[in-house]
Amino acid sequence: MPRPDVPTAQPDAPVRLSSLPLGHAGVIERIDRDDPIARRLMDLGFVPSTEVRVLRRAPLGDPVAYEIRGSRLCLRHSESKLVWVRPLGARQA
Amino acid sequence: MSATVAHQPLRLGLLGSPNSGKTTLFNALTGLRAKVGNYPGVTVERREGRCHVGRRDAIVIDLPGTYSLEPLSPDEAVVNRVLEGAIEAPPDALILVADACSLARSLLFVAQVLRRGVPCCLVLTMIDELQARGGAIDVPRLERALGIPVRGVIGHRGRGLDALRDLLEHPETWGHPHLLPPGEATERAAWADSVLDSVSARRPGTHRLTEAIDRVVLHPLAGSLLFAVVMVGFFQLIFAWATPAMDAIDGIITELAAATRSALPPGAWSDFVADGLVAGVGAVVVFVPQITLLFGLLYLLEDVGYMARAAFLADRVMSRIGLEGRAFVALLSSYACAVPGIMATRTVPSPRDRLVTILVAPLMTCSARLPVYALLIGAFVPARSALGPLGLQGLVLLGLYLLGAVGALLVAALLKRTLLRGDALPFTMELPPYRIPTLRLWFSQVWGSIWAFLRRAGTIILAASITLWLLLSFPRVEPPVGASEAEARRFALEHSYAGRAGHAIEPAIAPLGFDWKIGVGLLASVAAREVIVATLAQIYAAGEGETSLRAAVRGDVDPRTGTPVFTPATVAALLVFFVFALQCLSTIAVMRRETNSWRWPLFAFSYLLAMAYGASFVTYRIVAATMGAG
Repeated sequence: MPRPDVPTAQPDAPVRLSSLPLGHAGVIERIDRDDPIARRLMDLGFVPSTEVRVLRRAPLGDPVAYEIRGSRLCLRHSESKLVWVRPLGARQA
Repeated sequence: MSATVAHQPLRLGLLGSPNSGKTTLFNALTGLRAKVGNYPGVTVERREGRCHVGRRDAIVIDLPGTYSLEPLSPDEAVVNRVLEGAIEAPPDALILVADACSLARSLLFVAQVLRRGVPCCLVLTMIDELQARGGAIDVPRLERALGIPVRGVIGHRGRGLDALRDLLEHPETWGHPHLLPPGEATERAAWADSVLDSVSARRPGTHRLTEAIDRVVLHPLAGSLLFAVVMVGFFQLIFAWATPAMDAIDGIITELAAATRSALPPGAWSDFVADGLVAGVGAVVVFVPQITLLFGLLYLLEDVGYMARAAFLADRVMSRIGLEGRAFVALLSSYACAVPGIMATRTVPSPRDRLVTILVAPLMTCSARLPVYALLIGAFVPARSALGPLGLQGLVLLGLYLLGAVGALLVAALLKRTLLRGDALPFTMELPPYRIPTLRLWFSQVWGSIWAFLRRAGTIILAASITLWLLLSFPRVEPPVGASEAEARRFALEHSYAGRAGHAIEPAIAPLGFDWKIGVGLLASVAAREVIVATLAQIYAAGEGETSLRAAVRGDVDPRTGTPVFTPATVAALLVFFVFALQCLSTIAVMRRETNSWRWPLFAFSYLLAMAYGASFVTYRIVAATMGAG
């Protein structure tokens, strides 16, 4: 069943990082909001035009581990939904 | 003027992200003699150590690990305040620490620091891992690109440290960036990429071993099973395997008390040394096996990289009560004993979450409550089956465990929504690559924890146990002629300050169904919960062994009314009181040590006492109404 935040019609349209499937990569487009939390995400490497890959999902679905700028970072859904990415499809490590 | 300045030790601030190898470098530079304290007004630990750099003395200040110089909370602001010199004299120079393998991210932080204009150098750690992963960095080129000195080290093997010390001797000669890195996030990332492209012959590949291990360790099913096994093993270790060592220490202390008693002439002085001083030292030392085992395993799992994975797996559950995954281990440890549990909260990076965890840790049913539960349940709950194979006694015990856990969850959720409302810190946690732990770092971490406990909590425990012993033993009143030894001890206790206090608080605890004898027991149990059993034994002049005490409490009758003292309602109220009340000096002392103020231990003691009183009162009323008070 298609999720409301994954537009199936346009495969290259930006989606929320939180909806990127496991093993898929994307290029960061922008971060919703301009507040301290958004700036902290940028300090951690979630910056436009950076590539991010979905590594693992915790058993209960949250948090999710991402590979970004050479390190593995876990974010909760509440933060990853702020990050918009252009999907690149499934990527090997 | 300049002559005096030359004799001042050089102040070097050590700055870096969590997992950057900062602690390893700190230990390698300063050895095992770190001075640990707290920054004023926050629960952030401050560590400094001394070392020689060339011919100069230096103080290395280990600043809290951070990913950013833009603080989201007062606790995170500590780094900025230190750099600005708002807390103490600002560091003369900064040692920036970065993991060579994650330079793509670390450079974002380096850029922030460079913009501050403080003299700094960059130390790249884990150069060996970078090479193993097929990466390479041209250090001289990186120096030219950044404009500051750069050194590579392998902290745990001590490689590169001599070159680093030579560099640290003369921070006044360090260069400055010719052009400050951009401040805007996207431009800063582009700057980091261009720096990296110009200096890095090859970026490191993924850590294949980490990928392979994580496939199992973070697998939804296998990972959860492994998590359960590790946590059960962890719990078993501090709950059961520490017991033989603790029993041995107890035995030695008893022997030692007996030996001092026989060596000294009988009297108050001999009693003081044997029962006050030696027993007080024993009350401190008895925690050492648990603390050693707990931190031995905790730091092993941390250094290997498993703790971050465990936190990843437990985070969803913990987030329900407003905490995060890393608080799980601390709460689990508190089931054995709140003392190591509270010390284990050091792995929780958010000081606010850490404080909440510390405040609710005493609600987890620790092993010291078991003797109390065993006495009361054994004496008053009939040993019949309740639900098939489940006995009524076991069911009551389970209920008490659950009551404590539910209380902890409710209080944690409440604190996070009121008094300690979050700073809206986003949950961000790094999963570091798996690494083979180094003995030196592990040993220094474990030893540091034991030493900190002995020096800073142990002294409080010792002083408080001696004070309590004095209150229970003085003033000395001659027992009536012809009294047996047990009767004489009972007489002495009843007429001591604590005995009188028991009588004095009787009106306050009467609504819970407690008489003065339980009052004395409650006062004495502030030393440690299980002490109430020995105190009640003394009051009831009971012989050796638990059976006779059970019989004595069961047969106790109020002299005025002729009804039993321990009615079902009183027993239920007393059990519930023990679920909530913070009757443990050692926990209070360790809270004081970990939060660096008396405010939080006093708060915990008060709120838990209020909870215990309220819950006991309600329990007493309900049970009395349904089963009859007499």
